[in-house]
Amino acid sequence: MLYKRFGSQVVLNGLSLAIERGEILAVVGRSGTGKSVFLKHLVGLLRPDSGQVLVDGEDMNRARGRRLARIRERFGMLFQGGALFDSLTVGENVAFPLREKTRMAAAEIREVVTEMLHSVGLKDVENKYPDELSGGMRKRVALARALAHHPEIMLFDEPTTGLDPVLVRAIHQLIYDTQAQFGHTAVVVSHEIPQIFEIASRVALLHNGVIVEIATPEAFQRSTNPVVQQLITGQIEGPLQAM
Amino acid sequence: MLMLLEKLGTAVLALLMYLGRLGLFLGQALLLIFIPPLKVRRLIRQMHFIGARSLLVITLTGLFAGMVLALQGYYTLRRFGSEAFLGPAVAISLITELGPVLSALMVTGRAGSALAAEIGIMRITEQIDALEVMALNPLRYLAVPNLLAGTIVMPLLGALFDVVGIYGGYLIGVQLLGVSSGTYFNGIANAVDLSDVTTGLYKSLTFGLLISLICCFKGYYAGHGAEGVSKATTEAVVFSSVTILVMDYFLNSVLL
Repeated sequence: MLYKRFGSQVVLNGLSLAIERGEILAVVGRSGTGKSVFLKHLVGLLRPDSGQVLVDGEDMNRARGRRLARIRERFGMLFQGGALFDSLTVGENVAFPLREKTRMAAAEIREVVTEMLHSVGLKDVENKYPDELSGGMRKRVALARALAHHPEIMLFDEPTTGLDPVLVRAIHQLIYDTQAQFGHTAVVVSHEIPQIFEIASRVALLHNGVIVEIATPEAFQRSTNPVVQQLITGQIEGPLQAM
Repeated sequence: MLMLLEKLGTAVLALLMYLGRLGLFLGQALLLIFIPPLKVRRLIRQMHFIGARSLLVITLTGLFAGMVLALQGYYTLRRFGSEAFLGPAVAISLITELGPVLSALMVTGRAGSALAAEIGIMRITEQIDALEVMALNPLRYLAVPNLLAGTIVMPLLGALFDVVGIYGGYLIGVQLLGVSSGTYFNGIANAVDLSDVTTGLYKSLTFGLLISLICCFKGYYAGHGAEGVSKATTEAVVFSSVTILVMDYFLNSVLL
């Protein structure tokens, strides 16, 4: 059960969730319900006021130093804005975790960089800087960087924010394809309803700091929970306050 | 009365927490200096950024500081018939006081603000979070190279300031106001001793470390959005400048 508050604002209010190995879990909910906060707890960027985040039985919040680093090495994360290092080129960005965390030779790293960029549908961009790329390309580069060290668990923090519908579908396809290719567990925080249903193994709805519904996309869409239905249909009237 | 006490208590607690966080930041960064790997490329880059790119502003301010010192000093000393002491007056003032302090203030304005802004932007664009998720310690990449670079280059910039300032004093004192060149330089050679140089050196080392520490710290804990970065940058410059002057007083008390 995770509890987290910022000042007087309660964000996570006893959230409990088990994520299955190898699934794509989509976490949906209204803006400001704490989806990104939840995701940051998974990788230890935020620590709960109380509760545990267990990764194969290891408590993320009790881990410090090398133990925490060892757990984090199992994660990759695609941030909302990409979080690419703007002083480094695309190639250097993708190579960064490999250069810093492995003993791979420079030539081998170059090979992996090209391969990872290719797997996200990019080529001949190694020498460009992040600010020379479009939003969609930046997301792809960030995905390539996050996948470069083959993480077991991939976290996606609203990976399609600010992209047009075609790019949204392309990024979703990429999330699906890369998961199929590398076999990692994926947790995707998203606003893209209903598109996210096409790639998710399960969908969880975060509302008032707890998971109020978790089901396969088909069952989720059939749910009689009025919160779920309002989120799917996007109606103003309902249990979710519009403003 | 109770409310006043409560407010005072809150402010003191906030100050203690702030100082504790600053102390932990410094402690961790200093510890990481001695735990390899040291990011040498980044260290060189930051030395270039803080040091080499400050050369022009240090040269200009040093030159004019020396010129003003000579001009002021000459007319003051002439009242007592002591124009011959112009060289030592300019040199000792520069080496022990103005060189370290003014060069540190200039570096704060030029490099410190940029440092705080750069790290602040990395914070708000989640680049620092990205480093953490990669299981890398952000302080190793952001704080350590800057602390080292600031501490290494500040004495060099201070020395440059001194040399250029003494030359500026020469231009005014000797070339414009007619003090003899031999008197000016011999006076410096006779009056300036090693303790003056080491005083200036210790000050520059301390200021270099403090500027880097405060600016990195402010950027690292920048608030949200553009406003957060702008506030962090302003605070970095103001806190660094005030700390330089306060620390200068204490260092003078100990070293002189």
